Order: sequence, then C-alpha cells, then structure tokens
Amino acid sequence: MSGVFFAIMVLGGTGIVAAVLLSIISKKFYVKEDSRIAEIESLLPGANCGGCGQSGCHAFAVACCEAGNLDGLDCPGGGKDAMNGIAAILGVENHGGPAKVAVVKCAGECNERVRSSYYDGAKSCAILATCGSGESYCVYGCLGCGDCVDACVFDALRIDPYSGIAVVDDSKCTGCGACMKVCPRNIIELRPYGPRGMRVWVACSNKDKGAVAMKECKRACIGCGKCSRVCSHEAITVANNLAYIDAVKCKLCRKCVDTCPTDAIHKTNFPEEKVYSNQPTGSDSAVN
Amino acid sequence: MGTFKKGGIHPPQNKLTAGSPIVTLALPRRVELLLSQHIGAPATPIVGKGDIVVRGQEVAKSSGFVSASVHTPISGIVKKIDTVRNVAGQPVTAIIIEADEENHLADEERRTNKTRVRSDEELERLTVEEIRAIARSSGLVGLGGATFPASVKLAPPKESKIDFLIVNGAECEPYLTCDHALMRESGDEIVKGVELMRRACDAPEAIIGIEENKPDAIEILAKASEPYAAIRIEPLKAKYPQGGEKQLVKAITGREIKSGCLPASAGTVVHNVATAYALYNAAAYGVPVIERVVTVTGKDLSRPGNFLAPIGMRLGALIDYAGGLREDSGKVILGGPMMGRAAINLDAPMVKGISGVLVMAEDDSHRRKEEPCIRCAKCVDVCPMGLEPYLISTYGRLRLVDEAQQNGARDCIECGCCSYICPASRPLLDYIRLGKKLIADKIQREKINK
Repeated sequence: MSGVFFAIMVLGGTGIVAAVLLSIISKKFYVKEDSRIAEIESLLPGANCGGCGQSGCHAFAVACCEAGNLDGLDCPGGGKDAMNGIAAILGVENHGGPAKVAVVKCAGECNERVRSSYYDGAKSCAILATCGSGESYCVYGCLGCGDCVDACVFDALRIDPYSGIAVVDDSKCTGCGACMKVCPRNIIELRPYGPRGMRVWVACSNKDKGAVAMKECKRACIGCGKCSRVCSHEAITVANNLAYIDAVKCKLCRKCVDTCPTDAIHKTNFPEEKVYSNQPTGSDSAVN
Repeated sequence: MGTFKKGGIHPPQNKLTAGSPIVTLALPRRVELLLSQHIGAPATPIVGKGDIVVRGQEVAKSSGFVSASVHTPISGIVKKIDTVRNVAGQPVTAIIIEADEENHLADEERRTNKTRVRSDEELERLTVEEIRAIARSSGLVGLGGATFPASVKLAPPKESKIDFLIVNGAECEPYLTCDHALMRESGDEIVKGVELMRRACDAPEAIIGIEENKPDAIEILAKASEPYAAIRIEPLKAKYPQGGEKQLVKAITGREIKSGCLPASAGTVVHNVATAYALYNAAAYGVPVIERVVTVTGKDLSRPGNFLAPIGMRLGALIDYAGGLREDSGKVILGGPMMGRAAINLDAPMVKGISGVLVMAEDDSHRRKEEPCIRCAKCVDVCPMGLEPYLISTYGRLRLVDEAQQNGARDCIECGCCSYICPASRPLLDYIRLGKKLIADKIQREKINK
C-alpha cells in the first residue's frame, strides 16, 4: 500500500513542480504576436495555394502586417473581398489590380486535331511532353493528362471527357496561377476577369506557319492577321504566326471573333445575341 | 564468366533474327538527313538548295566540340532544307536530297566496288591525331544508340590515364541482333577498328565483351584478334542491362564508376562494336557514317531480318522490306523493347542512332493496369545502379525535386528493369524520368540565376 502511495506522491509532486516551472517559463518567454496576423489569416482562403508568392496563407498575413501597406501584395484566392478586409484591418487603402482568371489557350478538340498515336504511359502531361508531339502532331496544344487539374487546390479545372482539353470553371478559379506554372506547354494564361466575366481571347498556342498549323488542327490560329486588321482598338498583334489580344486594350467588340476563319478566337459570358434572319422563314406560308 | 553484380534481369531473349545475314537494302531515291542525329549541337548545313552532291559528301558540318557532321548516302540534287517531323512527331530541320536514275546506278556501283583509300600498313602508321580527325570528319557517333560523338570519347582528358578500352558487343536488349550479325560477318574489320580506337585512346589493352548467347561471334572475334596481343575477348554471362556503360565496365574490369563520373575516371573508355566497324570503314575506305545495320523485327513481321540501311531513308520503307506493318500491329518501337521509344511518325527518316525497329503485336503493346505498390522491393533487387526506384518514382510523381536528387535519381540509367519487374505494373521509370527532368530544369534555372 505504501508503495502505491509513494508512487502517487512522486509522480504528483513531479507534475506540480513541472506545471509551476512551465507556467513561469511561458510568461517569461512569451512572444507577442501581432494580433492582426490572426485576423488577416481568418480572411484568407487557407488553401496555401502559393498564388500570392508566399509560402502559404500565414506567411502572407505576416508579410501584410510587416509591410504596413498592400503594394505588391495580392491574394488571388481570397479576391477583392479578402484584400478589402485586410486593408480595413491595416487601415490602408487597397490598390489591387483587376481580378484574374485562368484561360486555356487551346481548342484542339479530339475531332479537330489529327490523332498521331495513343499514349498509355503514366498519366502526366510533363511525361507526355517529353515523348515528342503527344497524341497529335501539334507540339503546342493541350496534352489532356490533367497536370493542371492536379495542381489546382480550388477544384476549378477539369479535363473535358469529350474534347480532351482542360476547362476552367470561372466561378471557382481564383487566378492563383498554380496551373499555369505546372503546364509543360505553357498554354494557360491569367487574364483579367472582365466586366461580368466577359472575355475575348485567342484559344490557340500554335506557332507553326499557317499551312502546317492547318494540317495539325482545324481550330489552329494560322496567323492570317484578319483579326488584327478588323480590330479598331489596336488590341491584336500577330507574332510568330500567332495572334494575341491585349486584354487592356480590348473593348470586347467581338469583331475578331466573327472574322476568324478557324474559330480560334473565343468569347465567353456574353449575353446571347438576338438572331435576326433576313431569309424568308416561311416555308409554311409558301405551302399555304 | 563474369557479369555485373548488382541487380539485372533476364527478359525473354526473343532474338528472332539471330541467324539472319545482313541484307543490303537498295539505295532510296530520296533521303531526309536530319541535322541533329547526335547528342550535342545540331550540325550546320554547308550545301544549299539546288546543289549537286555526291555519295559520301559532307552536307552539314559539326558546329562545336560535342557535335557531329552529316553525310549523304546518295548522289543527287539538294531539293530543299526544310522542317520535317522526326519519329517523335516533333518538327526538326533536315536536308532533303533526291537522286535520278543515273545517280542511282552510279551510287550502287560505288557501293559494291569500294575502293581502299588506305592500306592496312598505312592504317598502322596513322597517328593518334589522324585517327581522331577521321572519326570527326566521318560524323562518327556512338552507334549503340546513345549517339555521343565518338571523336570526343576517342580523346579522353589528359589527366585520366586510360587502362582499358572496353568494346561493347554484349547486345543485351531482347530482339536486337544487329551487332551480333555484324560481329559474325565482319569480325576482322571490327577488330581492326578496335585496334585504331585503342591507339587513339592510348589504352594498353582493349577488351571486347560479348554475352555467351553469341558463341559464334565470340569464336569469330577471338580468331580475328589473335594477331593483336593487346586485344582480347571476354565472354560474359547473359544478363540485362550488361550493355550499360557502367555495368559493362564493372563486369569486365571489376571497377566501379562513381556517381556522376565518366568511365574515364575509372581508367576506361567504352565504345560499341558497330562504332569500331564504322571507324575502320571510314579509315580504310573513306566511307563516312551513311549506312548502318538495323534489326527490323517483331512477331508481326513476315520477313524480319538485319538490314544495312542508308541514313535518311523513310522508316516506313524499312519496315516494308521486312514484310510491312499489319493492319492490326500495335506499335513500333525504335531500339530494343527495354530502352527503345515508341515511334509516332513512320514517315520520319532513319537516323544514326536507330539500332532496331521493333513491331509489337496489338496484344503485346498495351501496358497492364496500374495497381498500388505492395512494397515487395523487387524493383530495388533488380536495379543495376543500387537505387530505390519505388522511392525516386514517388518523389518524381510528387515533384519533390530535392528529395529525388538526394536519393540518386540522376544515377538512374533508365534501363527499365524496375518497370519490367514490378508486379503491380507501376510506371516507375516514367516518373523517375520526370524526376530527372525536373532536377535538370532546376539546375538549369540555378545556372541562369547565377
């Protein structure tokens, strides 16, 4: 019995001494952390996507507090709401740029691109990119193995099973750019979200000469320059047989979309146009 | 009989063409000569559109220390210098030459009646510098498949003393028999080529390593090398990947090449028997590398065989000589089944590095379904470099570059033993290659940042 009593005394005594010591030490060596860091962190998405350039959300919060202003700091994941919230906490103004969203610059669906082979190796674009031109002869287009899908922590990307091309979900994409960094063919670009999400872009990355590009893919930009001639805002440049639309200069008039002979220029989120037909519609009336 | 100690596998040999003689193919009327058929800087064209060229003429010269020149196998007119697609479907620059009937007949005549430019006595008097110059001017590259410019390897760094010239006649890849056929038919020429190489590297001894499954080649080369005291034949136990540089050096000399080092660091230089033959051809007959022996094989082909094929001919035509592709053929692999790469474009031209064209039947050409790793460590057992493939491949998949590097990803020789043996059919080598590529990218980035 005395053995049990002795053991309780020793263990309990050690516990009490350790507790006292720990509480003294925790008071003595207390590190005062900026209370704003926790506040800011609560506004951030907490996905640690790295889109801000910091190692994670906590590091970004620390960086915001240390800098004192928000110049050059942006959380693409949290977007405008988060940045405005942070600005309010810090008592500074938020001069953040427009929200950005990832766009895939390839429209070479399975039936548009000539298939050269079937790949059944490890499902990774990075590996397929080292095996030559991939499953088609286009060495610029989407490989469709989904490295970008794996890289996206916001679940905003998927590979469309019919087209075999990566598709971005606007509502989920935060513009963190993780997909852009991982794409071995560099076909993902961050473009301004645009008013009500309206955007116009060249959905092709093919730099081959027109005739060659045509053979590789029916939807390829052939660098004909029609779009740049029709554009009244000087927003379109053609270099290396590939057109590029400057999103800042673009006024979303969509003339280029209609004029492109290969439908390589895409538009999105525009309200549906009303269709006025000049053709006599009335086969019924003719019969009657 | 020796072999390397660590790892290795015994895949089914499938040497369908082991007894086939080398068939000389008719010269094509049109060739596409790629400027980059070797490791290193692409060659620079020295002919232009409309130029008349003669068989064996240099059409593109080497553009650096690690580079090799390109010669034309047919006489004719340079049609254009244009972008064509290589076997992997990538656009590359090529010189396109076409021959007419007159050129064609003259070329066939030149080909059958080769004239000596140097007698055997003159060959013996060649200086080291002259031998290296011949290798350089004839566009000689490692014909085992690596296509590293041979003139660089024939001039080992001065600070490393070369004790052995190792000549690779192992041909450990299943299906391939091109080196075997060459050793059987041209033993004397190979040995004379080896002697030239030995003198160029200043090695006191040259050893030709041949696997025991080629007894006729061992016998023929042993006989041919009798007059040369410095050359001997070393029969080796058959095991894949015996033809790997580091494995071959270990098997023959017992020496270990340290991680990241060249064979010269262990006092050795390794060349292929086909390279030795090509060097002799260049020195004795003045014929540069414009043709090579290729094994065209596969269970799907009606006439598989070993062919002497001109560089620049269409690969599809080469397969047609062996019976042609069947409607239901699964895939075409360039090189052997273990290390070769699947071809995307069969209209692509033949290049110096292609030692075999393997046509796989539909049933054999699909990968098995990938299953989870069961931690059996078979990949560790068979890795000839003593690495842990399951671990490096996981790091590659997760893009953990530093971890992959620390675990020796760069020592991987990409022999494919791990993927072959894996009972869960995991694509181990694919991800290890990815890891190696990411490491190379990282090193490149660091170099630029400096």
